[in-house]
Amino acid sequence: MVFQYAFFQNAVMAGIFAAIACGVIGSYVVVKRLVFISGGISHAAFGGIGLGLFLGYNPLLTAIIFSVFSSSILGIISKKAYQREDTLIGAMWAIGMAFGIFMIYQTPGYVPDLASYLFGNILTVSRIDILIMIALNIIIALIVFIRYNEFLAFSFDEEFSEVTNVPVMKTYIVLLSLVALTVVVLVSVVGIILAMALLTLPAATASLFTNSLKKMIIFSILIGIGYMLLGIGMSFFLNQPSGATIVLISGISYLAILGIKSLIRKS
Amino acid sequence: MKNEIIRIEHVSFDYGDHRVLENINLTVYEEDFLGIIGPNGGGKSTLLKIILGLLNPTEGTISLFDKNPKEGRKYVGYVPQYTLVDRNFPINVEQVILSGRIGHTDFLRRYSGEDKKIADKAMKIMGIGDLSNIQIGKLSGGQLQRVLIARALATEPKLLLLDEPTSNIDVQAETDFYDFLHGLSEKMAIILVTHDTGAISSHVKTIGCINKTLHYHGEKNIPPKVFEKLYGCPIELIGHGIPHRVLKEHED
Ligand SMILES: Nc1ncnc2c1ncn2[C@@H]1O[C@H](COP(=O)(O)OP(=O)(O)O)[C@@H](O)[C@H]1O
Ligand SMILES: [Mg+2]
Repeated sequence: MVFQYAFFQNAVMAGIFAAIACGVIGSYVVVKRLVFISGGISHAAFGGIGLGLFLGYNPLLTAIIFSVFSSSILGIISKKAYQREDTLIGAMWAIGMAFGIFMIYQTPGYVPDLASYLFGNILTVSRIDILIMIALNIIIALIVFIRYNEFLAFSFDEEFSEVTNVPVMKTYIVLLSLVALTVVVLVSVVGIILAMALLTLPAATASLFTNSLKKMIIFSILIGIGYMLLGIGMSFFLNQPSGATIVLISGISYLAILGIKSLIRKS
Repeated sequence: MKNEIIRIEHVSFDYGDHRVLENINLTVYEEDFLGIIGPNGGGKSTLLKIILGLLNPTEGTISLFDKNPKEGRKYVGYVPQYTLVDRNFPINVEQVILSGRIGHTDFLRRYSGEDKKIADKAMKIMGIGDLSNIQIGKLSGGQLQRVLIARALATEPKLLLLDEPTSNIDVQAETDFYDFLHGLSEKMAIILVTHDTGAISSHVKTIGCINKTLHYHGEKNIPPKVFEKLYGCPIELIGHGIPHRVLKEHED
């Protein structure tokens, strides 16, 4: 049986851990409307991967440092500038990607499999990658659990929470850093470019079924796990690229559920 | 002796290179009920944000309860323009109102029994006790308005700032609302901002007129000239066709 192979077990585990991180952080990305800035963060993370390959470290580790750093900078400048936040995000988006590719081409004697970082290849996930994913999940869950009420107040009404002396800049940077960590969790599963899909689609699907943020987080974890397992299974048995299959499954499921729901509401 | 709670001196504010407020001087006392009127884009919301320390003045100084605004604002309940609230947000009425207590929570940001009592009381005052589990998207405009005021009251403020609270509320609800604020003004200072001059001046104690500069501040019998300058049209054309209320006393 295929289920006994280590690479398949790793793939399933990676999918589940990715779904947990996405369910938690994706819910905030959706309700706080951080989709575009998350796009910037995930693409900028590619700079960290390039750096890791060049320096000879595990690229996930350098991506953590690089993307937390760039998301903090992004957070600070987008709050300090009164306008043109989207321009800054766009610039960061492109610069991060360009830096990553530039570093990879400086790496002597190594022709890396670029596609697996850009679009993911869940069947090449290693034990170490899994350990990194577990550690990141623990960090994400712990911070969200401890700061739940603060994140809720901040996400709902940033201005009011600032008046009640919630440290909004700090909270925003922590939230963006958690997005960055989630992106790193997603790299090996769906890759940098497709990460946005898993940050938004499970949470968006969950939001169709509940009006409570807590339930939305739980539902999107479960829905995400469903999408992952379905996607991994299909990609394996039909011999298709894993990242793209997972994203297509997620996207089609979301649209189908959205359609069914609006049909039911009409009748 | 009345205590000063806000002192604004020579305050100007620019968004980039666009001057929005120019040389504002304003003092507010602890028993004031001040109405601030002025046209759309006149800088009213900006002034509130400066008072709250959300924006820093480009020039001039401001003190709030004898402190800088970032410290003094813990005594202020803020009711933002409710048209700016994201109605799709997955949050219910009770959670919104409890968020008024977040500044009083410990490191874990958990609400105490005391916080819940205060939030309950605020809901009762606003007559929305039975809505506590409703998601905010399902509320009417008037109900949402009450929720935001309850959230501000939950901070136990000494000063209440309301930004355009009556836009989108029907006339009857608006009259009730002003009567309610009247009662509240016995307990705390209130600053009420609106671009609608119709009903406000019969309810507040003093009035300020803002259009980039503060054109007038004082008793509510505003000189018609000020109105013409503010809105660029004669006083008869202002408000909901009931301009006489602007100049008349509150009958009670
Ligand atoms: N975030 C912003 N960036 C740039 N300009 C702004 C911003 N917010 C408000 N303005 C401008 O400042 C002026 C005053 O706005 P505001 O204080 O909201 O007026 P009011 O509340 O009296 O309608 C307007 O011309 C508006 O276009
Ligand atoms: Mg305004």
